[in-house]
Amino acid sequence: MRRQPVPTRRRFLGLAAGAIGALPAAISVRPAEATPEMMATAIRAVTGGAPVQTGKVKLDIPPLVENGNSVPMTVSVTSAMTANDYVKSIHVFNEKNPQPNLGNFYLKPNAGRAQVSTRVRLADSQKITAIAKLSDGSFWSTTADVVVTLAACTEDVI
Amino acid sequence: MKATATIVLTSLLIVAGIVPRPLIATEIPASERRSGYTFMGAETRAMQDDDTTNPGMLGVLDGEALWNRKAGSAGKSCAGCHQDAKVTMKGVAARYPAYDKELSRPVNLEQRINLCRTRHQQAEPLAYEKHELLALTTYVAEQSRGMPITPDPTPELQPFVAKGRDLFMHRQGQLNIACTNCHDDNWDKHLAGAAITQAMPTGYPIYRLDWQSLGSLERRLRNCITGQRAQNYDYGAVELVELELYLMARARGMPIETPAVRP
Amino acid sequence: MTAALINVPKKAKAGDIIEIKALTSHVMETGYRHTATGEVIPRDIITSFTCRFEGDEVFRADFFPATAANPFISFFTNASKSGKFDFEWIGDNGFSQTASASITVE
Ligand code: HEC
Ligand code: HEC
Repeated sequence: MRRQPVPTRRRFLGLAAGAIGALPAAISVRPAEATPEMMATAIRAVTGGAPVQTGKVKLDIPPLVENGNSVPMTVSVTSAMTANDYVKSIHVFNEKNPQPNLGNFYLKPNAGRAQVSTRVRLADSQKITAIAKLSDGSFWSTTADVVVTLAACTEDVI
Repeated sequence: MKATATIVLTSLLIVAGIVPRPLIATEIPASERRSGYTFMGAETRAMQDDDTTNPGMLGVLDGEALWNRKAGSAGKSCAGCHQDAKVTMKGVAARYPAYDKELSRPVNLEQRINLCRTRHQQAEPLAYEKHELLALTTYVAEQSRGMPITPDPTPELQPFVAKGRDLFMHRQGQLNIACTNCHDDNWDKHLAGAAITQAMPTGYPIYRLDWQSLGSLERRLRNCITGQRAQNYDYGAVELVELELYLMARARGMPIETPAVRP
Repeated sequence: MTAALINVPKKAKAGDIIEIKALTSHVMETGYRHTATGEVIPRDIITSFTCRFEGDEVFRADFFPATAANPFISFFTNASKSGKFDFEWIGDNGFSQTASASITVE
């Protein structure tokens, strides 16, 4: 059987990493980044400047992400979910996408459980903030850090 | 030229029955073969495992609708000839690419579906990588989910498998690197954060997060060829089908996962 | 073609808290990408998702360019009686998609 000599592993990895690194990113997802200030502004638009307390909110998002195009995320809020004590809405923000919003979710008292899941795009490793608005007008929040690793073989636009 | 000589010699050996299937010997020992699934993170595996969250299932749903829709001047749907895909298409994807006598060459599943459109429905072929062809292919392949890959044993096919193997072993492109250098020799390594994996074609068409859509095995192969900085092949080129044939031979016995999710 | 994959339990007991999952086909083009020749690919996203039970809003979401392609959403509701859930997605360029699913509550 014909088998060509295989390069040494060190040489191989050097070559291949060079190849991948030099590949042109065919389509850029990052014209301008949102900034922590833009995130703060977006948060103020939701809270109207009311104080935001830490607690009650849980944000499940993988700390290390294989591909930023689809990052699963679950937000849950500790709440009785009764007619006079419930979560009205949940808002999720990011610092480094071109735009600071990841999602707004509006709940009703009969939801039974204040929990939503979705999948979002993250252009970079960054901090994510989730804020819940309760029926008594109070705001609660939590944050999580996400590290995004990039995909290897990119391709031309088809 | 050395390559051609090898193929000729090997084909001769096959015809002579001296070495029954010398080229299907796996470079990775059978016990060490792993689907790309096993290299993925927990979240990506979960996305594939749950049909209610796997975006590839949207393709299956569209494919089912297309299966039952009349097309072409023959006024026939796929179902009009093949009835219930759950019965008639079970196991089909597990043995593709297959040999087409009329063309005297192997055809992959996408090409078979397009042959049915032109030969039997009198319809235009569907374009590669467009949603309709991907959806139909995904729907047909999903009928083999969980079934072991069982390559088409037709003797006429073997020289094409041999060529596919040769392409896999052949160093090419500006990097002068072969598929085997990554996928046989370095599958346990990472490149720029991505697991290299063993290049097992178990889940196609796949929903790839990088593409944000379904895509075929040929699209995946073209990505890797671009990565080699080598001259690429057009969709449907016999070289790509030969590579597919070799990859399926290499993955003999591994279960079909369509629609798989990959990063 | 567009398809939606809805997951609602077919049956529940009164008072059960049920999970509803909805997945729909959409490219969710961000408006921030460029073609190979440098032109901006215009934004084309779903902007809102609403679930109603027998006409009353149960849950609503705003989507953004940061929502992954083929948007997935899951949420909960209290199963009180038998009836029909209606789902509606609205987006750029007049996009509109609907789906429904029924539940039997015992
Ligand atoms: C420089 C290393 C390298 C070379 C050379 C290379 N590939 Fe790949 N290949 C990769 C990486 C990395 C991935 C996984 C990328 C990802 O999923 O993000 C991959 C993925 C694949 C897959 C998908 C496996 C799955 O689980 O779906 C197949 C099939 C494949 N390659 C075939 C080939 C073929 C055929 C060749 C030669 C024409 C080739 N590759 C050359 C690095 C390489
Ligand atoms: C008028 C009848 C007819 C229609 C309509 C038709 N087919 Fe076929 N199909 C055949 C025949 C006959 C074969 C056997 C191969 C051949 O002769 O082309 C076949 C073979 C196949 C195979 C390969 C089966 C195997 O075991 O290898 C697949 C897959 C397939 N068809 C899919 C489809 C799809 C998808 C459609 C609709 C887009 C379709 N067919 C429409 C008659 C039809």
